[in-house]
Amino acid sequence: MSTPTTPTLAQSVWLVAEREIASKLRSKVFVISTLVLFAFALAGVIWGGFAAANPSKTPVAVTSQTASVVSGMSNLDVTTADSADDAIALVKSKKADAAIVPDSSSPVQVKIVARDSYPQELVAQLSVTPTVQLLDSSPEDALLRYFVAIGFGVVFLMSASMFGSTIAQSVVEEKQTRVVEILISAIPVRALMAGKVVGNTILAMAQIVVLVAIAIVGLSVTGQTAVLSGLGGPMVWFAVFFLFGFVLLAALFAGAAAMVSRQEDIGSTTMPLTMLILAPYILVILFNGNPVVMTVMSYIPFSAPVAMPLRLYLGTAQWWEPLVSLVILIVTCVAAVLVGSKIYRNSLLRMGARVKLGEALRA
Amino acid sequence: MLRLRGITKSYGGRRVLDDVGFDVAPRRLTGFVGGNGAGKTTTMRIALGVLGADAGEVSLDGSPITDGDRRRFGYMPEERGLYPKMKVGEQIAYLARLHGYSKMDAEAGATALLEQLGLGERLHDKVETLSLGNQQRAQIAAALVHDPEVLILDEPFSGLDPLAVDVVAGVLQERAAQGVSVLFSSHQLDVVERLCDDLVIIAAGTIRAAGAADELRAAHAGNRYELHTSGETGWLRDEPGVSVVDVAADWAVFDVDGDQTAQRVLRQAVDTSQVRSFTPRHPSLAEIFKEVIQ
Repeated sequence: MSTPTTPTLAQSVWLVAEREIASKLRSKVFVISTLVLFAFALAGVIWGGFAAANPSKTPVAVTSQTASVVSGMSNLDVTTADSADDAIALVKSKKADAAIVPDSSSPVQVKIVARDSYPQELVAQLSVTPTVQLLDSSPEDALLRYFVAIGFGVVFLMSASMFGSTIAQSVVEEKQTRVVEILISAIPVRALMAGKVVGNTILAMAQIVVLVAIAIVGLSVTGQTAVLSGLGGPMVWFAVFFLFGFVLLAALFAGAAAMVSRQEDIGSTTMPLTMLILAPYILVILFNGNPVVMTVMSYIPFSAPVAMPLRLYLGTAQWWEPLVSLVILIVTCVAAVLVGSKIYRNSLLRMGARVKLGEALRA
Repeated sequence: MLRLRGITKSYGGRRVLDDVGFDVAPRRLTGFVGGNGAGKTTTMRIALGVLGADAGEVSLDGSPITDGDRRRFGYMPEERGLYPKMKVGEQIAYLARLHGYSKMDAEAGATALLEQLGLGERLHDKVETLSLGNQQRAQIAAALVHDPEVLILDEPFSGLDPLAVDVVAGVLQERAAQGVSVLFSSHQLDVVERLCDDLVIIAAGTIRAAGAADELRAAHAGNRYELHTSGETGWLRDEPGVSVVDVAADWAVFDVDGDQTAQRVLRQAVDTSQVRSFTPRHPSLAEIFKEVIQ
């Protein structure tokens, strides 16, 4: 063997990161759950595409006298019956949802016959509605906003908790098996921790990038360009915010995990971090319609990756707001890396009982 | 030469090491002996630099140890640690790469070393599937794979069967012959006695004895002799200056009050019988150990 050359810090970090990635990619559980996640994302986008392209038509029966009423309504599947009784018979036999038959006593000369429920949509379509003006309006409909909020929330929650706990387990595995003593006699402690954070961040980002790509390609292939044009920018912002948001969490997870010596005890120190990941998800679902809460959340580093892209999608954020929020996030991220690595360094060789936070920070 | 001087370490007000100092010379096996909780592991961790001392100095070849020096150390921690789910060969190669070997060199070196340690057939098995003894061998490979100049091994022989002890002892002696300084701790005093050139005995955080094994033995030899003759040895009981420790028909172990008494006893034995042997009795390591830790 030729003489070894002392590896640079970057080389050491990369060696550790490489091992983290390789051992994760070899885990069947990880590979399968990731593929399932991608499959769900793909199915969701494609299903959305078909639903938009082929809105289901309501079958209605008309007679020759009432056919003119529904002319030009593309969302109806119109059957022309010979008589009013025949049209009603079609409803009874469930071949049509409703029949539109002449009725001289009705103010509009027709009546709708339906089976057991009030045909809200049809009535609305056949009604003359006055002009409505909303004084405080958002152009997006509430349902779509809700889904976008859940989308960002779920992806953040899943990726952050999956890779956060991966880091925690990996830190404790090394501590529990004492391999850490050999590792830090070979490379600096900061290289070990940085390698873990880098490796898992790469995996988490790869997952996010693939999900965004699936969404963008899927939306454009299925022709949902309207949704895409509204969502494309926010998704890219989401990826950027996720990057720093994840590094922040990863550093804290590494520090928190280093305080315990057994896998069984991880929960006791990472619990507050799990809360920090869960909170934005729950808040964004409860308050996605509340602009004040959303604005506050979009500046708090832990919830910004979810809230800021949502506000961008809704068009309620000024152009400079994501930049300010990103700066806050990056500053917090640097602070978290410093705090996390301090706890990590001070706790790594202390086996047995859980290391107290005060001691981990002081020493 | 790895040199420790004045090492002191306290944990929360409890002093676990007090003015610990000794040398680990190249080309020699140094045994590090002490009871449970005497401070062996803490000392080794400090020597290795994974733990900081409160006071004192660790130097290598005369200059204080640096991070760069530490990469030339090989370490086997007290509690065995390798990644359970990683393959043996991969794992050892990974550690070699952390020490700066290229991928190819690391893989070749790991394979050769594991074969030498008798794990050639298990290269592609996960560590967790190996028996404890084989995990131990893998652990030793982890300490050796980067051709260290200083080896610090915490209980390298615990859990090994006698054959494996010989394999590992052989590897350590080979490394020492190549110029490596080897320090290892052990509870198996017979193994230490058989292998070690130098000895360090620690108790309650202080060094009680350190130096070449022969000199230590001689220093603690006292004035005990063993006599083996053709006749009977009962007359020793009546000799002035002699106190008999153990006696059989033609054999006796006794302490004398000085060299002259010993010579006189020998002359008398030669006069009255055929002397088969008359030897100063060196204490065993276990005896020295018990004596110095008191």
